[in-house]
Amino acid sequence: MFLRLFLRDAWTIAAKDLHSELRTKDAWNASIAFSVVILLLFSFSFDPSSDQVREFSGGLLWMTYAFAGALVLNRSFAREVQNDCLDALIASPVSSAALFIGKALANFAMLFAVELVSLPVFVLFYNLAWGAAQVGPMLLVLALGTWALTVIGTLFSALTVNLRLRELMLPTLVYPMMIPALIAAMTLTTDLLAGQPLGIGIRFLVAFDIIFTVLAVVFVDTVLVG
Amino acid sequence: MREKIIIGLAIFAGGLLAWNMNTIFTALPDELNQGAIYRIIYFHVPANILGMLGFGLGMLLSIGYLVTKDLRYDALAASVTEVSLVFASIGLATGSIWARIIWGVWWAWDVRLTSWLVCWLIFGGYLMLRRAIDEPIQRARFAAVVSVLGSVNAYISYMSIKWWNTQHPQPVLTIRDGGGMAPGMEAPIYWNLLALACFSAILVMVRMRQESFAREIDTLRRMAHAQ
Repeated sequence: MFLRLFLRDAWTIAAKDLHSELRTKDAWNASIAFSVVILLLFSFSFDPSSDQVREFSGGLLWMTYAFAGALVLNRSFAREVQNDCLDALIASPVSSAALFIGKALANFAMLFAVELVSLPVFVLFYNLAWGAAQVGPMLLVLALGTWALTVIGTLFSALTVNLRLRELMLPTLVYPMMIPALIAAMTLTTDLLAGQPLGIGIRFLVAFDIIFTVLAVVFVDTVLVG
Repeated sequence: MREKIIIGLAIFAGGLLAWNMNTIFTALPDELNQGAIYRIIYFHVPANILGMLGFGLGMLLSIGYLVTKDLRYDALAASVTEVSLVFASIGLATGSIWARIIWGVWWAWDVRLTSWLVCWLIFGGYLMLRRAIDEPIQRARFAAVVSVLGSVNAYISYMSIKWWNTQHPQPVLTIRDGGGMAPGMEAPIYWNLLALACFSAILVMVRMRQESFAREIDTLRRMAHAQ
């Protein structure tokens, strides 16, 4: 019963966020444009046609996602500041944990959509081999890695929303926190693009996701309400 | 009273350190493979142990604040984390010097080094976050959350030499299933650890005094504004 209510609340928040995003498409457009720009910028720092690209392609891809994702995640709570919407959300009967999970789900959906658009662009631009057998594992790595970015990004978006140095503090705190998950996702992606099976890193990624989701759900009430 | 404790601890730690330095530099022979540079372990290992324990202690104190809402826990957590960051910096710097001699490079991107650098950045961010928030209760709350999340990374760093094959040496201390050191060479590490722990206690006490002054000044300023 409690779980059903919780999921219903979370879904309401997620649907609200996705609706408002679909109406304006602000973060979505900016994030896709930005990810293509980063992919373009990377191509100037090395020879994009060399075979070596395959060896660090996972790194490039996740750097792009981490930077483009920040645009989506930054706005998650910041958009609620106008008209005191955040206070209204906190005062509503929705629990902080459901609010957080709802926001995280909406962010996850948006980020995942951005990734699905920029992934073919990346494969195309950098001339990477792409087999049907890699699609499934690749989607799994994308989902797990994106959830790690989303959970940390959403929690810190809530934490920094009212700070006077928000734009400076958010990247300073978020990126170091994401690094372990990013390393695992990068290594797994590089392996997949080189045609190798999923390594042990997937277990690390799952553990990271679980630990940080639990911590975020436990602490979000402290961050939002006190 | 606090003054006397600080002075007493300083005399004890200084004496212990001087005696131990004498052992390290004059009594102990050079190591067979590494030569004289191995002596850096007597600073590298204790500094990193204190850094890591300090981050862990900071996490416990942060949880203490969240449970009790007592700002003294927050002040103590901030002081401990700040001092630990200094020791983590010493650990990183001494490790880098050792690596230059033994590996031929200042830095190797293996899991242990990278994860410890990540920790350093996270707790550096923790201190920056504290400076960015003026309201004491909000600052305590947010800092506590960052401290707990950051400690997960400190634990990853601690376990990294077991979980992955790292270029960083495996444990050498017998208290952590190591036991790779010759008898007589290991004891000075613990003595240095004790001496540096006393120094860190002194720094925490001084820092705590500053925190309580800062809180008093803040209260007075608020009272002045309220009138």
